[in-house]
Amino acid sequence: MKPFTYSRAASVQEAAQTAASVQGARFIAGGTNLLDLMKLQIETPTHLIDVNHIGLNRIEATDEGGLRIGALVRNTDLAANEVVRRDYAVLSRALLAGASGQLRNKATTAGNLLQRTRCPYFYDTRMPCNKRKPGSGCAAMKGISRGLAIIGTSDACIAQHPSDMAVAMRLLDANVETVTADGTRRSIPIADFHLLPGDTPHVEHRLTPGELIAAVTLPPPIGGTQVYRKVRDRASYAFALVSVAAVFGEDGSARFAFGGIAPKPWRVDAADAAVGSGPKAVADAALAGAQPTAQNAFKQGLTARTLASLFRQKEARA
Amino acid sequence: MDAVELTVNGRDVHLQLDPRTTLLDALREHLHLTGTKKGCDHGQCGACTVIVEGRRINSCLTLAVMHEGENVTTIEGLGSPDNLHPMQRAFVTHDGYQCGYCTPGQICSAVAMLEEIAADIPSHATQDLGEVEFSDAELRERMSGNICRCAAYPNIIAAIRDVAGEGEA
Ligand SMILES: Cc1cc2nc3c(=O)[nH]c(=O)nc-3n(C[C@H](O)[C@H](O)[C@H](O)COP(=O)(O)OP(=O)(O)OC[C@H]3O[C@@H](n4cnc5c(N)ncnc54)[C@H](O)[C@@H]3O)c2cc1C
Ligand code: SF4
Ligand code: FES
Ligand code: FES
Repeated sequence: MKPFTYSRAASVQEAAQTAASVQGARFIAGGTNLLDLMKLQIETPTHLIDVNHIGLNRIEATDEGGLRIGALVRNTDLAANEVVRRDYAVLSRALLAGASGQLRNKATTAGNLLQRTRCPYFYDTRMPCNKRKPGSGCAAMKGISRGLAIIGTSDACIAQHPSDMAVAMRLLDANVETVTADGTRRSIPIADFHLLPGDTPHVEHRLTPGELIAAVTLPPPIGGTQVYRKVRDRASYAFALVSVAAVFGEDGSARFAFGGIAPKPWRVDAADAAVGSGPKAVADAALAGAQPTAQNAFKQGLTARTLASLFRQKEARA
Repeated sequence: MDAVELTVNGRDVHLQLDPRTTLLDALREHLHLTGTKKGCDHGQCGACTVIVEGRRINSCLTLAVMHEGENVTTIEGLGSPDNLHPMQRAFVTHDGYQCGYCTPGQICSAVAMLEEIAADIPSHATQDLGEVEFSDAELRERMSGNICRCAAYPNIIAAIRDVAGEGEA
């Protein structure tokens, strides 16, 4: 790791102000992604602001009947929360499908949203990568791309967003609440929070430098049958090749969101509308315009089959 | 250098550390508690698992300075050769290892994992989110963050089941 200085913030204001005043400063929450990348010198902050003690670790009801999840709530605690288990089961399921017990004990809501891609070349500093080093090229296009995205990609980057949690939050129409050094607060719909790569794959989200995530809010519960299915190379402790989060409503309507296949949690209105025509139609609508590589074209069929298994799961519960 | 105070295995320790020092390196290189192992140093194997404030974590992916004032339990703190922790004894009885490299991490993880079940924390293997039930599938899923290159998995599960009082499957 490159040398850095460390400070522990005591409040949200202090954290945001330090971030604005110290050049090269970064927040550290669980540290499970940032330290991993710092050891490889992919991330090289000069100062770390520890945000673990600024009072953002609560889960509480909102006035609208939804839920406000503090940015520092651990993935374990969010998945185990009684209200989440009962009213937002798809979120519990997505969290529990990710990482390991040890990692979930450290990983936080904000850190999970902001975790970076698992593209093998992003991790290999000897290889060209437009995300790590803008303009250097993309080693994945002609390399090992099996795990990477098939839709929403660009000529510059085909990296996938690796989060499970974010897929469920996209399905539930969550909002990301932030605060900046001057105290400005704003709420960003999760649909707009992550950015597609385009020509600037190193820009991954809408946060401005030093902007702190304070919480993620969920709208009131939508009921229905909530399911999450993750397909991966081993049964546990592996990132998704394809994952699907779904809510099947009692009126025959449904919502779908997808992980492992795109640079951000993937959701398409036309896919939701196709529920009456079955899993293949939903997959076709979700993947319209997909541009897979020869190595990851299998994800198209796998998405359809994963959806089919969710339709069966829903039927079995009905 | 940053001053860091920790309570490790019940003992207060004062260290002067470069902020880059991971909790794992602080334990092994500075406190010479070499029971905790470094496998991958990237959160991918679980060999470095220790218990901090009652929770199991990967000590390789956290900085020692971030744990100022906290309680850390390593394999050395669970039991000693003449006074083994029940989980340590069960690993011996059931032959839950071959080379032994992953074992300290497995044992720390297993001890804290049983607490997680007792605290009603669900897992990917939990059938009904309303109620966590004990099963081998639960144990396997919950221990998936501890890789064993020797593949002692069946005996590891037997040892944990024994400690949990669930006997033979
Ligand atoms: C071996 C391994 C397997 C994994 N498997 C999975 C998996 O299957 N599925 C999955 O979804 N994830 C998986 N993960 C990733 C894991 O979920 C993330 O590392 C974790 O969620 C990151 O959270 P953190 O709190 O540790 O973030 P940190 O590492 O602390 O931070 C990550 C980023 O977020 C920023 N940040 C943190 N908090 C804030 C805040 N409040 N405001 C603004 N910025 C902030 C940091 O500056 C940093 O850039 C795995 C990780 C490992 C190491
Ligand atoms: S796919 Fe993106 S992250 Fe991977 S090498 Fe290409 S530019 Fe880098
Ligand atoms: S050494 Fe920490 S997980 Fe491998
Ligand atoms: S006993 Fe050798 S790695 Fe587990």
